[in-house]
Amino acid sequence: MKNIVHYNSIPGKSIGYWGLLGFLGFIVLLGLGATWHMEHSGHYVTGMTNQVVWGLPHVFAVFLIVAASGALNVASISSVFSKKMYKPLARMSGLVALCLLAGGLVVLLLDLGRPDRLIVAMTYYNFKSIFAWNIILYTGFFAIVAVYLWMMMERKMNKFTRPAGIAAFIWRLILTTGTGSIFGFLVAREAYDAAIMAPMFIIMSFSFGLAIFILVIMATYNGTERPLGDKTIRTLKNLLGVFVSSVLYFTLAYHLTNLYATQHHGIERFILLDGGIYTQLFWWGQILIGGILPLIIVYHPSLSKSRQMIAAACTMVIVGGLAQMYVIIIGGQAFPMSLFPGYEVTSSFYDGVVMDYAPSIWEFGLGVAGMAMSMIMVMIAIKVLPFAATSLEDHVVDPSHAKPADSGAVEAEATA
Amino acid sequence: MSDKQEQQIDQSRRGFISKSTAAAAISVIAPGITLHQVAQAKPVDEAVTSKVRWGMLIDTNKCADGCTACTTACQTENGWGSGSTDEQNSSPEQQAQWIRKVTLKNKSTGSTHSLPMMCQHCEEPPCVDVCPTGASFKRVDGIVLVDKHICIGCRYCMMACPYKARSFIHEALSDQAPHSPRGKGTVESCTMCVHKVDRGDGTTACAEACAKEGHRAIIFGDLKDPDSEISKTLKSNSTTQIRADLNLNTGVRYRGI
Repeated sequence: MKNIVHYNSIPGKSIGYWGLLGFLGFIVLLGLGATWHMEHSGHYVTGMTNQVVWGLPHVFAVFLIVAASGALNVASISSVFSKKMYKPLARMSGLVALCLLAGGLVVLLLDLGRPDRLIVAMTYYNFKSIFAWNIILYTGFFAIVAVYLWMMMERKMNKFTRPAGIAAFIWRLILTTGTGSIFGFLVAREAYDAAIMAPMFIIMSFSFGLAIFILVIMATYNGTERPLGDKTIRTLKNLLGVFVSSVLYFTLAYHLTNLYATQHHGIERFILLDGGIYTQLFWWGQILIGGILPLIIVYHPSLSKSRQMIAAACTMVIVGGLAQMYVIIIGGQAFPMSLFPGYEVTSSFYDGVVMDYAPSIWEFGLGVAGMAMSMIMVMIAIKVLPFAATSLEDHVVDPSHAKPADSGAVEAEATA
Repeated sequence: MSDKQEQQIDQSRRGFISKSTAAAAISVIAPGITLHQVAQAKPVDEAVTSKVRWGMLIDTNKCADGCTACTTACQTENGWGSGSTDEQNSSPEQQAQWIRKVTLKNKSTGSTHSLPMMCQHCEEPPCVDVCPTGASFKRVDGIVLVDKHICIGCRYCMMACPYKARSFIHEALSDQAPHSPRGKGTVESCTMCVHKVDRGDGTTACAEACAKEGHRAIIFGDLKDPDSEISKTLKSNSTTQIRADLNLNTGVRYRGI
């Protein structure tokens, strides 16, 4: 039986839709207000200093950018690896990827000391800078994914979906390599300067992106009362389990390598044992909430049956991911650089001191506004264009499933 | 007429048009440029040359504990810290410091040293490598600077600098030294008193102040000139670069640590 998937735009007329849109819009407004205050007064109103130069906005921005490339995975699995059951999800996957990237970039841009010089950033390039390469990679990602979506959505162009999908897949791997290398290329700081940063960021993107994607799908199909079969949820949550374990594995490999080298014992002790907030965020946030608990849920025989629990697991992966970014970005800067090994160092510029960083409400406002902006873009796009498949019932996503003549058949399949 | 001839005529016509446009533009703008040239002590046609590499040698044995003559002089000369009424809203952690006195205590022997730290003017500066717009740049004479007109304030250079030499400006400024432009939302650091160097002073504010105090712990000079005091001292003494392991070939060297 040839399987035909239908797509159409959502009505977007319910109180729920407008309510959520209004709520997110309110957050964006507050965030823009916070940004205006930050940029008008200068960064002195933030918690950022000359010692911790990248703060909470960067935690949100890098998280969103990393998650963006990960959200594209579902489409890649469909187009590149020809897994048919992901196909009805592919359009949404491309859309979420674009919106997350846009949200992340807005945060990154609005935190610049001179955001008014965007045109300078677009016209002056230092090609040795991985940051400059990232600007090109981000712009390219928009273009390539937009073309990819077009190929998927325009019937006449469907035959080019696979090449476009492959291009997008390769581009996203390069993009996340670039994002990870922003940290990996920092030779001077002990917490960074590691080649593992690039692949670790890729696997983090798989995990964070998929967690967000699952939540978006659940919200969309619940909100529009379109059918969402167990098969789709089960496949996605199993995939999430694999990605979450991989992030834990990379974290383990990174810290084990550092622990072997005596030179890095200082930073490792700081993150793992006595770094205060960073140690807490690492163990409770990144490892427990972002790793172990979601793994228990997605592989637990009964918990994994509950959609609420799977949604909770996805939320935990997101919270844990933000914690991980906080530990990497802020923790890595708070720990003093070693300029004079073997000496105790003091100065008026806080040499040799673990820096305190307390994020301001303005930075938080900007970061959260970026997330809200991404979600608003998704909500508007699915109202305007046919991104969402009308049904994700089991027999639609996988033709080998029988049509649900009676609900018992589906139930039996789900437990099989 | 052959195609080739036609093409040649076309090219010469184009050349004439572009040259006359340029000439017209110059005649409009030139008075401004000419004035500007006259105002500068160093003529612009005297380009910065790679025949010299400016550097400093700091002798920590001569650097007096508690003396801050170099940092004070830098502030006065370049208009930051006590040399300016700006940055009142910024916390001490946010205020700029182009040069700072660092006290070192050997963990095993307990011996102490004192030394000034600033931009080390690397030959291979990580800040220049990472800067997305090229605002961080190195002059051919080895001085590392920030072009405040194209700095977008991303602070990636501050993440990359191994010496914590750079500062970000966290608020609007109004009280600046004319030769030392600074600006809200951009990054800055020691300029090796580039305005003094270009003027032909042959020294920096910090080196001058240190000599005036009678310590002579800072020697400024041309690392490429074998007869300069700095080159001779470097040749006859054991000196080090901070974080020499990074292989950045710093322009600022230290003795006694």
